[in-house]
Amino acid sequence: MVLASKNTVHSVFFLILDFISISCLFIMIGAEFLGMMMLIVYVGAVAVLFLFVVMMLNVAQQKNEWFTSIANSSHLPFGLLFSVIIFFELIIVVGGWKYKDNISTSVALKTISETTNTHSIGNVLYTDYVHLFQLCGMILLVSMIGAIVLTFRKRDGLKRQSYFKQISREKNDGVELVEVKNKDGVKIDV
Amino acid sequence: MFEIGLGHYLTLGAVIFTIGVVGIFLNRKNIIVILMSIELILLSVNINLVSFSIFLNDLTGQIFTLIVLTVAAAEAAIGLAIIVVYFRNSGTIRVEEIDSLKG
Repeated sequence: MVLASKNTVHSVFFLILDFISISCLFIMIGAEFLGMMMLIVYVGAVAVLFLFVVMMLNVAQQKNEWFTSIANSSHLPFGLLFSVIIFFELIIVVGGWKYKDNISTSVALKTISETTNTHSIGNVLYTDYVHLFQLCGMILLVSMIGAIVLTFRKRDGLKRQSYFKQISREKNDGVELVEVKNKDGVKIDV
Repeated sequence: MFEIGLGHYLTLGAVIFTIGVVGIFLNRKNIIVILMSIELILLSVNINLVSFSIFLNDLTGQIFTLIVLTVAAAEAAIGLAIIVVYFRNSGTIRVEEIDSLKG
């Protein structure tokens, strides 16, 4: 439905539905923290971002000619073939997969114990994986700066404070002593 | 009743991954839908990681899921910013009209 709906806004809504369902699955399976995180990050931030851009770019009116243009699309058979191949590969992998017999779980197995999921994730995240955590922060910082720099544009005719000019102003060229003659006035040229 | 096991989660991940790939291949509309397909693919990766993490009783998968979540959010933000800039410059984001790299 995300792909086949005619309106892009509807696609975004179906994407939100998808995210909510997956986060419910996460909560059901026992990863409560990740489920809630998913809900906050995806539904709260990413989907709203998508919706915002879709509405801002005003492409919601561009109707999707999915069923008309799909007939003369040249890469349709190739794409379908490729997707089917990938799907069956994945299904074969899932079906033929078995645990190793003497599988050893790592140190961080606390999920079944008395601590909650969030507690144990916090225990691991801030000790063993703290560098990964900080890398996450750096990635977010870089993406934030990148997004701002990309969408920033200079407009003409906008009165804006120029910090550099303001700070580098000095006494010599800022203040001027003018000899004022009587009944003559001062001529100021800026 | 049957039990919902690891296989069901992995199948769901495979299905969502395939939907995302189909969306990238068959898209005739605009780039935003392609970005949503990429989000779907990352979501399927997350499903796989979390289900393995739960069924193998190992928290590392969930940590990695957090990383993937972060990267997905950053990627969505950057991609949407690029789309906004492109739309401002060229006035369209239809996929078949973005061919300026053809030379």
